[in-house]
Amino acid sequence: MSRTGSESMLSPFRVLDLTDHKGLLCGKILGDMGAEVIKVEPPGGDSARCIGPFYKEHPDPEKSLFWFAFNTNKKGITLDITRADGCEIFKRLVADADFVLESFDPGYLKGLGLGYEELRLINRRIILVSITGFGQSGPYRDFNVTDIIAMALGGHMYMTGDPDRPPVRCTFGQAYLNASVEAAIGALVAHYHRELTGDGQHVDVSIQESVAGITLDQQVWWDLNRINVKRAGAFRIRPDNNVRHRFIWPCKDGYLVFVMIGGNWGAKSLGALTKWMDEENMATDLLKTMDWEKFDWGKLLQDEVDAVMAPIGYFFMSHTKAELFEGAIKRRITLYPVSNARDILDSVQLKARDFWIKMEHPELNDSLIYPGAFVKATETPLTLRCRAPLIGEHNSQIYSSRLGLSDQDIRILKENRII
Amino acid sequence: MPSKKALEGLKVADFTWNIVGPLATKYLAEHGATVIKIESQDRPCVTRTSPPYADNTPGINRSGWFTEWNTNKYSITLNLKHPRAMEIIRKLIGWADIVGENFAPGVFTRLGLGYELFRQIKPDIIMFSASMQGQTGPHSPHPGFGMQLSALSGFTELTGWPDRGPVEFYGPYTDFIGARFLAVAVLAAVDYRRRTGKGQYLDLSQYECAVQYLSPLLLDCSINGHVQTRLGNQSIHYSPHGVYRCQGEDRWCAIAVTDAKWPDFCRLINGKELINDPRFATLLMRIKNREELDKRVESWTMNMSAETVMSMLQKEGIAAGVVQNGEDVHNDPQFAHREHFTLLNHAEMGKHTNSRVAFRLSKTPGYLDRPAPCLGQDNEYVFTSILGYSTEEFVELLAEGVLE
Repeated sequence: MSRTGSESMLSPFRVLDLTDHKGLLCGKILGDMGAEVIKVEPPGGDSARCIGPFYKEHPDPEKSLFWFAFNTNKKGITLDITRADGCEIFKRLVADADFVLESFDPGYLKGLGLGYEELRLINRRIILVSITGFGQSGPYRDFNVTDIIAMALGGHMYMTGDPDRPPVRCTFGQAYLNASVEAAIGALVAHYHRELTGDGQHVDVSIQESVAGITLDQQVWWDLNRINVKRAGAFRIRPDNNVRHRFIWPCKDGYLVFVMIGGNWGAKSLGALTKWMDEENMATDLLKTMDWEKFDWGKLLQDEVDAVMAPIGYFFMSHTKAELFEGAIKRRITLYPVSNARDILDSVQLKARDFWIKMEHPELNDSLIYPGAFVKATETPLTLRCRAPLIGEHNSQIYSSRLGLSDQDIRILKENRII
Repeated sequence: MPSKKALEGLKVADFTWNIVGPLATKYLAEHGATVIKIESQDRPCVTRTSPPYADNTPGINRSGWFTEWNTNKYSITLNLKHPRAMEIIRKLIGWADIVGENFAPGVFTRLGLGYELFRQIKPDIIMFSASMQGQTGPHSPHPGFGMQLSALSGFTELTGWPDRGPVEFYGPYTDFIGARFLAVAVLAAVDYRRRTGKGQYLDLSQYECAVQYLSPLLLDCSINGHVQTRLGNQSIHYSPHGVYRCQGEDRWCAIAVTDAKWPDFCRLINGKELINDPRFATLLMRIKNREELDKRVESWTMNMSAETVMSMLQKEGIAAGVVQNGEDVHNDPQFAHREHFTLLNHAEMGKHTNSRVAFRLSKTPGYLDRPAPCLGQDNEYVFTSILGYSTEEFVELLAEGVLE
């Protein structure tokens, strides 16, 4: 059923979101752009509600900040689709939906009679988006996945970390987030086609491939030059002679990133930094007389590189992150602080852009500050319409008002843990 | 024979360069959109001058970087400062559904271009500008690249070991995050226009996209005052959890054992003493004694290949994965099954490989059917077949230096 709607980019569309923590962000993105997203959880709530951090450090399925963050702009119902009644209710919802998102093991939904072919018979427009570790088929189809496994098999981990330590992942898992956004793209590509033809299709998203998609140049270095890009930690290391130079530097109260590139890319920056250092009597003659346009660290030996790095390192150590960032902006030096959550919350740039949105949480008697729109769209501004749902918060709206189930039926379903 | 593609007929006038813009339009090109990349001889797309090069020989048509994000696209060269450039840009905008750029804020408007001009030419044009920190705000003009924005966005702080300074989360990570959000926004704007006839302008800040990923940590800080930092490969959801050294040079296997799978894991590694060891008897104990546990696991893995460790554990339903390098990734059997890498025959580079996107549509999958273009290779085709110049007019443009 096609609807018209002009409030937001995806206002007319309805999404049934069956994903677990592997795919929550996908539905949120569609919801941010105006779609009605119904998060379908097992009775008692999704397991992602156990993932911290938690509101006031109180572990509770209605206080998971992970859940809050990735389920804004969604309604919530509870439904056990493995039960005959639950399955039937789900099919009724599919008849009226445009997208179904899921992250079950490959074949799971099909086993319940809810695979793409079955859903298509109910609603030929339906687009089913499936997010799995490795895809719906293939030799790794049934492999178990976690974030570290995906980061390893996707190739990114090999290139991250200090050379004298094991490969390392980001402490806050990134694999599923990348897969979720990839899934949103796939959903909308299929959607474009669907609006022209009336036919939906199945979108098969691989978390492993989503990780490969952030590895920059790992595959082309092997493909073209048979070189394996290696991890270099806080440095850049030349593969031919192991000469290294820093690009993550310690400073007085933390760290910053500054890349020593000369020529077109960075001569201005290095020149401006030298000038600043000189104002504070920290520039050596070597730096002051250097022709930064011609500077190419790729042509220097280690002790020559060290001679450039040493005074710069001392200069950074004598200033705080905030001082260095402020000076960098004023003097157009491409230097950035290694920021943490506090720094991001305090960002003057994000505040100036009205980025943060305050959302009411009446159940907590509090209002919380969330990241806002991921894009500023002139005709259809994105916004946060509602906070993440409580367990079964919209059961009444969906089951009673929309599907017309009687109070008696709802009670039976509830007491039998079908909803 | 590949089927019809989902986005056939969608038209993009692509002023983007470097990574974030081109990667976003790659999603479109891979699914059949006609993407005309507007470069100039003077200033070719900067990734054309990045190694690795085919046969280790530098050249603007030999860069692996450039090819990864520019397959299926057309390349024209246009001297944006030539007096006749505007005439061509008008034709391009008149033709396009979408126009995009990702220069530093202000660069495009200083060239006399931008949404205000473009919507006069074509009222329903969809335009995007992607930039590090957005088109407005005090830090908007501050120069930088993805590797630096990644640090500003919080990822660097979260990567590395607790007893050391942070390390790079490899690559210009925020370019990849921004490109994906950008592709989403563009496709949604296209649908909005389909329904309403209205185009619009999309101002995408890669910073604002990147911090979406860290929302839970931002909430944790504002509510609980807690600032998350790097913890190596620790986890509180699995134990053992980490990467373990295997046989060979720099070979590792990642392993993540759930509480339920601990007995099976012990049995597999012949750890009779392990299952009875009180230090590891419960999840809490295993997490508490994780360093000793990791040593014990590694004493098992170091005598085996990473591939063997992975397949033994996965067979038992335990999550494990080789920490793959470039060669491994190329030979990965699951990537091969998904045809993730496509062999292409490039005009100058010869046979080489590029990656597809991470999703497959069942009826109208995307494919890489054309290698990334050489600089200006499609000038004649685009100017005569798409923009409607006659061959004589095209030759005149060439002679006047418009296509430089």
